[in-house]
Order: sequence, then C-alpha cells, then structure tokens
Amino acid sequence: MPKDGGIGASSKRREDVRFLTGVGNYTDDIDIHGQAHVFFLRSDVAHGTLNAVDTSAAEAMPGVVKVFTGADFEGVGSIPCGWQVTDKHGEVMQEPAHPVLAQGKVRHVGEPIAAVVAETLEQARDAAETINVDIAELPAVVDMKAALADGAPKVHDDLTSNLCYDWGFVEENKDAVNKAFEEAAHVTSLELVNNRLVANPMEPRVAVGDYSRGTDEHTLFTTSQNPHVIRLLMGAFVLGIPEHKLRVVAPDVGGGFGTKIFHYQEEAFVTFAAKACNRPVKWTSSRTEAFMSDAHGRDHVTKIELALDTDNNFTALRTDTHANMGAYLSTFAPSVPTWLHGTLMAGNYKTPLIYVNVKAVFTNTVPVDAYRGAGRPEATFQLERVVDKAARELGVDPIALRRQNFITEFPYATPVAVEYDTGDYHATMDKLEEMIDLSGFEARRKASEANGKLRGVGVNCYIEACGIAPSNLVGQLGARAGLYESATVRVNATGGLVVMTGSHSHGQGHETSFAQVVAEMIGIDENMVEIVHGDTSKVPMGMGTYGSRSIAVGGSAMVRATEKIINKAKKIASHLLEASESDIELKDGAFSVAGTDKSVAWGDVTLAAYVPHNYPLEDIEPGLEETAFYDPSNFTYPSGAYACEVEVDPDTGKVTIESFAAADDFGNIINPMIVTGQVHGGLAQGIGQALLENCAYDDNGQLLSGSYMDYAMPRADDLPMFDVDHSCQTPCTHNPLGVKGCGEAGAIGSPPAVVNAVVDALRSAGKDVTHIDMPLSPDRVWAAMQ
Amino acid sequence: MYNFDFEKPGTVADAVAALGADEAQALGGGQTLIPTLKQRLASPTVLVSLKGIAEMQGICAGDDGALCIGGATNHATVAAEGGAYPALAATAAHIGDPAVRNRGTIGGSLANNDPSACYPAAALGSGATIVTNTRQIAADDYFQGMFTTALEEGEIITEVRFPVPEKANYQKFVQPASRFALVGVFVAKYADGVRVAITGASNDGVFRWAEAEAALSANFAPDALDGLSLSGDDMISDLHGTGAYRAHLCGVMTKRAVAAAA
Ligand SMILES: Cc1cc2nc3c(=O)[nH]c(=O)nc-3n(C[C@H](O)[C@H](O)[C@H](O)COP(=O)(O)OP(=O)(O)OC[C@H]3O[C@@H](n4cnc5c(N)ncnc54)[C@H](O)[C@@H]3O)c2cc1C
Repeated sequence: MPKDGGIGASSKRREDVRFLTGVGNYTDDIDIHGQAHVFFLRSDVAHGTLNAVDTSAAEAMPGVVKVFTGADFEGVGSIPCGWQVTDKHGEVMQEPAHPVLAQGKVRHVGEPIAAVVAETLEQARDAAETINVDIAELPAVVDMKAALADGAPKVHDDLTSNLCYDWGFVEENKDAVNKAFEEAAHVTSLELVNNRLVANPMEPRVAVGDYSRGTDEHTLFTTSQNPHVIRLLMGAFVLGIPEHKLRVVAPDVGGGFGTKIFHYQEEAFVTFAAKACNRPVKWTSSRTEAFMSDAHGRDHVTKIELALDTDNNFTALRTDTHANMGAYLSTFAPSVPTWLHGTLMAGNYKTPLIYVNVKAVFTNTVPVDAYRGAGRPEATFQLERVVDKAARELGVDPIALRRQNFITEFPYATPVAVEYDTGDYHATMDKLEEMIDLSGFEARRKASEANGKLRGVGVNCYIEACGIAPSNLVGQLGARAGLYESATVRVNATGGLVVMTGSHSHGQGHETSFAQVVAEMIGIDENMVEIVHGDTSKVPMGMGTYGSRSIAVGGSAMVRATEKIINKAKKIASHLLEASESDIELKDGAFSVAGTDKSVAWGDVTLAAYVPHNYPLEDIEPGLEETAFYDPSNFTYPSGAYACEVEVDPDTGKVTIESFAAADDFGNIINPMIVTGQVHGGLAQGIGQALLENCAYDDNGQLLSGSYMDYAMPRADDLPMFDVDHSCQTPCTHNPLGVKGCGEAGAIGSPPAVVNAVVDALRSAGKDVTHIDMPLSPDRVWAAMQ
Repeated sequence: MYNFDFEKPGTVADAVAALGADEAQALGGGQTLIPTLKQRLASPTVLVSLKGIAEMQGICAGDDGALCIGGATNHATVAAEGGAYPALAATAAHIGDPAVRNRGTIGGSLANNDPSACYPAAALGSGATIVTNTRQIAADDYFQGMFTTALEEGEIITEVRFPVPEKANYQKFVQPASRFALVGVFVAKYADGVRVAITGASNDGVFRWAEAEAALSANFAPDALDGLSLSGDDMISDLHGTGAYRAHLCGVMTKRAVAAAA
C-alpha cells in the first residue's frame, strides 16, 4: 500500500501550485521602488587588448544614471575561485585575476567591458551603443592542445602559460599502472570528446542590488543555488562587505543545473552599483547573454586505456584528459575535472590500479564549471565507453564483462581515494535485464531492418558520489569552503513548524520532500511543516544545493535539528505527564507514557513551551527552536544500470531512441514521484548531450551555437517514454535517513548507453565504427558510416 | 528594439502608400522581423502591418484551378484550409511550432526567402505565381539567392497562386536546433512534367534540380533517381552538416518525396 504522507509517500509537490499558476516569486518578479536598469556592453571579440573605453557620449544620453568601466573597479577584489588544485609536482594551480568589468584585456566573447545604468533598459542599451571601445584584437586560443603548444598566445599575460594545472592521481600509483599495462593480455584504448554544453535553465540569471544608506546594509536578490556562498564570496573577497551587512536572497529559482552555483560578475556589479548610484539596480540576462556568460559545462578531451588479463579481469586503467577552464576560473571549476572526476574512475569495477592525468587549460572561451553531474558524467562516459569497446574487441557480452568485474564487497576502498559504503551492482543489473527484454532484441532488430532501419542496444553502469564531504578532507583537497549543511527547526506555539534549511530548492521539490521527513518524525500532517530556504537573513548558514547533496546533507541537518526538538519536547511532556523522561514515547503526534494510557498531544507540548505556566523552568528554557549543523563523514554512492535502444536511419544518420530504461539504487527514498521526476530530467539532459547539444566555437573564438537556432535542446518528442525503477535500495550507512541523492544520476548514466547503442546499431550493418563523438547528430552518424 | 511608428492599413493601396515613407517596412506575422528588431539588427521608422488587409487574407480557388493564397494568410490557415493542395497544406503544417504557424504568413516567408525555409521550396516546386501590388512574378524568376528576391522596395506580395499538381510531396529533414529545413525537397508532378525544388542546401538559396526533374518526368518512381547526385561543393556547410552531407540528403529526400507523393 503506498503511503499517503510522510517518508515514502508520493506527496504532490506543493510548490508547483504557485509555479504553475503564475504566482511564484522569481528574481525578475522583484521590482524595487526607484530601481534603475543595467545593460552590459560585452566583448564581441574573443581576445584583445583594451586600449580605451570612451563613455563620454553615453554619459550624456537620456536617462543614464552612471556608466561604469573596469577602471571603476580598481581596488575592488577579483571574482574568487573556491577551489585550489595542487598539481602533480606539488605546485598550486595558476590562478588569474577575474575583474568585474574587463581591465586591460578581453578574454572571451561575452566578457563585460562596460555597464550602463539608466532609468530603463532600453535607455541603457541606447547609451551602450554610443560607447567607443578601442580593442586591438589578438589571436585567440580555442583548441586546448593548441593552447599548450610552444608560442601559443597567452590568455593571461601574467601567467607562465595557458596551463592551469597538470594533475596526477594517484601520482604514487603511476609506475605500477604503467607496469600493469606492459603486462596486460589485452589493452583497449579510446580517444573521445566530452562535448561542451550550455546549461540553459528555463529562467535566465537575474540580479537586483539594493542598498540602504540609513543602515549601510546591502541586499542582493539573485538566481542562485546557494545564497550564503554568494554572500561569503562576494562580501569577503570582492566587495569587502561584512556578512552582517549583506543579505543575499535567492527566491524562487527556475532551474540551475549547476550554472547558478557560481558567483558571477553581474552579482557583484549590481551590489556595487546600488551603492555607487544610491539606487536599486537590476539586471536580467537575455537568452543571448546567457549563452555567452553563464558558465558552460563538460568540455573534456580524453584518451582512456583499459588493461585486462587473460581472463578478462580489469587490471589497470589509465586516462589522460585535457579539461577546458575557459578564460577565467569559475567558482568550482578546478575541482570538476579533478576531485569530482578522478575519484570516480573506478566506477563499479574492482580495477586495482588507476592513474588519472588531467591538464586544465585556459582558452578564450566562456569559463567552464560544474553542470549536472560535474566530473562524474565525464568519468562515467569514458569508462563505460572503453568497457564496451573492450567487450567488442574481446568478443564477449558487454553485460557479462561488466558483471565479472563488479565490486561485490562493501565497504570498498577504491584505488582513487574514495570508499564506497554500500551498493549492489548485480541487483541493479538484474533489475535492468528484467526491464528491457534482451531476449526479444533480435526480433526487434529484424523488425527494424525490415523497415530499412538499423537497431542497436547499449547498456552501461554508473556510480556517482553525492554530498561531497567531509569538510576537513575537502579542505585538504583544496576546497576553500566547508561542505556541511545547517538547519533550524522553529516550532510555533500552536504546533506548526518552520524548517529553515541551507539547501536551496530550484525545481527539486524540497518544500514537499523535506516536510515529509519532519512530519514523519513527529507523526503530524505534512501541511504543518513549512520549508524556508534561500534567504541569508532567515537561514543561519547554508552551503546550498548542488552535487545531489540536499537530502543527504541538508536533510540530515534537518533530521538532527528535529531530533533535538523531539528530545526537548519529550522533557516537556514528561513534566506534563508527571512521568520519567525515559518512559516517554512519541507516536502519531502524541507523547505517551510507556505502558499506560496517559498521553499529551504534540500541540499541548508546543503550547506549554511558549506559555510556560506549567513548565520545568528550572531545568529547561521556554521555547522550541533548535539548530543543527551536519558534516557528513563520507560521500554517498548512488549507482545503477541503464539501457538504451535506438534505431538509426542508415540513409540520413538520424538516431531515434526507441526505449530507455534506468535501474537506480538511491538508498532510501523519501518521495518516489519526485525521484522519478529527477531521473526523467537527468535522462533528458544526458540524452540531450548524447544526441543534440553542442556548444561550438570557431577558430577565432566566436560562439557558433549562441542561440536556439543552433544550440539544440532536447524536446519532448526527441525522447521516449522512460522506464525508471528505483526499487533496488542499499541504504547509505553513514547518514540518518540512509539516503544517497538522485539529482544527477540520469545525466551521468545516460550518455554512454546512447552512444553504446548507436555503435551497436552501426556495427550490426557491418560498419567498422568504434566510436562517434557526441552529439550523435545525423551528419556525424552518417559520416561515420561512410 | 528601437522606436518605430506603427500603421495598420485596411487596403493594399493604403499599405503601399504607407510603405512609401522613408525607411518604412512591411510587417507580416513578425516571426522573422520582430526577433530582428529585438536584436536591434533593423531600425525601420514605420512598421506597416499587412494583417488588417482583408483582401490579403484567406484561400480561394482561381479560375484556372490554381489555389490562391492571400499574402497575409498565416501558415495554420493554409494547413487547415489548403486541402485542395494536400502537399502544400502538409508543408504549412510542419513549419515551426503552433505559435509560429498562427502568426507567420506566406507573404512574409516568401519575401524573406530564408535559405532554409519551407515555402520557397513549395512555391518553386509548384511553379507558383507571386502576385504583388504591381505585377505577377513566376517563381522561376522570383527567387534570386538567399534572402534575395525579385521584389522591389516597398512591393507587397498580395497573393500566391499555386497550380495544383497531380501528385506532390514535401520531405523536410529538420535541422535539430531550429527545426527549419536542413534539407527540404518539394516534388510536384504536373501533366507537363515534374518539378523538384530544394531548400536548406544551397548557398544560393532554393533551387531546382534539373537532372532529377528530367529523370522523374520520364519515369515518376524513386529508382528513376538512381545514379543521380548533386555536388556538395557549393552547398551550405555548417555546425549541422557539411555540403557533402546536404548533397547526399538531397538525393535521399527527393526519393522519399517521390515515394510519398500523393
Ligand atoms: C521558432 C520559429 C520557427 C520557424 N520555423 C520555420 C520552419 O520550420 N520553416 C519555415 O519555412 N519557416 C519557419 N519560420 C519562419 C516563419 O515561418 C515565418 O514565415 C517567417 O518568419 C516570415 O513570415 P512572417 O509573416 O512572420 O514575416 P515577418 O517577420 O513579418 O516579415 C519578414 C520579412 O518579410 C517582409 N514582408 C512580410 N510580409 C510581406 C508581404 N506580404 N509582402 C512583402 N514583404 C513582406 C517584411 O518586411 C520582412 O522583411 C520559423 C520562425 C520561428 C520564429
């Protein structure tokens, strides 16, 4: 029987009522009395020396409040990077300055050069057109390998080269890995590209800055996944505003997918300009600006090699990746190809020896940072592609080869520094096989062939690491932040609760699922629990939402705070019931004395806490409000097995996805409907990457796919009905809910299944194709067949 | 968008007069022009909407049996009411999305002559006549390269006349992002021969494939095209496909159009 409330129930997403009826409160809905608008004049060249920016005509244009250039930000801090990677020689990465407005040089198309604040946006735009920018164009570096060649133009003149870092992991294993390759019975190698993507949340970025002269307080409303992180980064490192004078609010946010984690120049600008102009200042990104200013995702070029022994056991893995950083280091960019990627290279397999080399490279392109999955899709894609290729080369069944090499004993310490607590990879593979009717595949292939189509099936596994932690470890790895989460649970006199969580919901449905957890713990109706997030003036502290961390880390903090509430409430109840505290039980919203029929309702206890007439004042304080900080002891490790069946039109190269099945292990599940939705969204994005999406630059650093005319987003009719299962559950052992996180799995696990399936289809027609780089657009698939 | 004045005349004559103003521009459905204005890539001083002109709206049968479509008729209307020429109605039904089809007009599409648009292939493939406020232009004379037509400054497409063929079909292979035609082939079989018009492929815009027309006029069957091919050298080569790929698709889509022609 499905539950109708609490943990495990598919409660309807309460927030959808406001989202779907047009009464949400998004940042662009916020208009402050007296507000002015900013238009950013952005570079249309990828690389150039900024000789002069003449704003005199603009300043005289109608409605102009003030015009800013890089010179106005001298003495203001650089947009900071939140992670410092140490390279294989023990040297810290090269870290260039990142000005709010370009200073001296422009380094990518879209970099803001000047900003016009005016009464209306159109006036700001009119004035911006009169700004005279004198740029001496320089040759651009776009290709990563070319960027590292001797004599390549330097993106940053004050750095020694375009190499940000050269990371080796685990460096001590390198010789043993190389030796294993020399001794291998079989080596499979594969060169591939993990295509650059643009996140494209439905709501573009928006920032509104406000300043109170009376109190010297700044407020920034912004489309952020983590307002406290923005407060810290912008306040402490860029503008020098103490946290108690800076409030950051991220109200309803229409999707983030990673790209709204980072601190951007526009946020610092509106906050700075609000004070400089003594006016609220608003910026709403156009879609065109989003393409050239939101941090992009992925963009790895990789060579991966897998060594096997005579029994087809994996003996070693070696990968060599160039990772594009773009022109500047976005907030978490350095961590993505390293700690979020190298640590995942074991995948679901007991490969004993692994060495990962990553060269991070500066180019004249938009900065690249975390995008749904962040590093883990890149790891999964190359690993699952090379395993598939190995199976073909060896003539063995790709599922059998995977199963043979599965990790089966937990906890399992990988050779890439992480310890998987739980998992059952055979169980998800069994479930997948049950879902996809492989025995009927040949008949389906024949039916496709009778229609002139090729049919292929692709399978893969994935492992991901969510809720990156613990803080002391990530500190050693270079994180410049902690990775805990906080929650305050405030119980009101009449029994309703408000949970203030540092997690941020921008589509995930926390307002529903978090309430389910607290309601279950106390035994009250979900509607008595309100979830508040996204405002630094309400929530004590928060590291925000990314890396599928919310329920695992934020949810755990909320559970800890609720446990404190329950403990205190039991003390009050024991006083009211005149019983020993140890005999008090909480069930279905009432406290009772074990073995008796004496009980007191939740609401009577909460009322007593705030009207403490009959109350143990000598022992405990009145009131019922508790805060907890939770710092996990490990990542969580969701895993799963995915399968994709495709048809390929051999005449045109067009791929259609006939079916897609996902068997996931997310540990315990709070709201199955929300989990299914998260997987659906992830699959759509992963399939989008595999078949459609491609952020491309030309050799001069001009963005070729700068709008939806050329950047193909997945649409409903590009996708099949998904077959999703999450009944395989190995609960996490180190968090109170036994949860693992589900937000990124679909995007991590799906690209290799699609590519494996297309390669399978082409090979069924006798084509000697071993790999096609994503996206598998019709022209690429057709070209591969020629 | 820059400021402009807006006029909505009720007759072709008034529209022509309004378009006589300096830097005036006709506005059809605005599906191309409005985005261009928003990007500040055009700055007309007056926009003259053609949507209020009753004589430019709707579909009728001409005396010669041709299907006559008013220049300001939107795609959805052609899709719904163009049943007398099923291949043309089907072409209209697959332009853009419902919003585009309810706004975009045949006159606007033909005036714009986007190299990837669908109607140019239908008009050229049908040997249509483009009727303007001053003259009648045969489709063969009308299309003059991408975004270039025989229209003079201020000239308005008031009607498009399509002779109805025995059989026809339009095959559109969509560009995955824009869903315009990466290659679109319109094949129409008339008593006096077959016409094949191709959009999306050439750097010179929509064109007729003469060899295919000759082969199909002799034998209207897909395999009549065996051995025929186009060169990709002068074809569009971009993110979505090389010239060689487009040339290949021209062959595939022509065959499919012949097979599907009804
Ligand atoms: C999202 C999207 C998808 C689309 N997909 C497709 C597609 O798949 N296939 C396709 O073919 N098209 C597609 N289009 C284009 C659309 O079909 C319109 O037909 C096209 O934009 C022009 O028609 P319009 O009436 O909107 O013209 P407008 O945008 O109003 O005008 C375009 C030009 O024509 C001029 N003009 C307009 N009417 C006349 C007239 N009667 N006489 C003379 N000049 C005139 C204008 O001055 C302007 O220069 C798409 C458009 C969008 C926005």
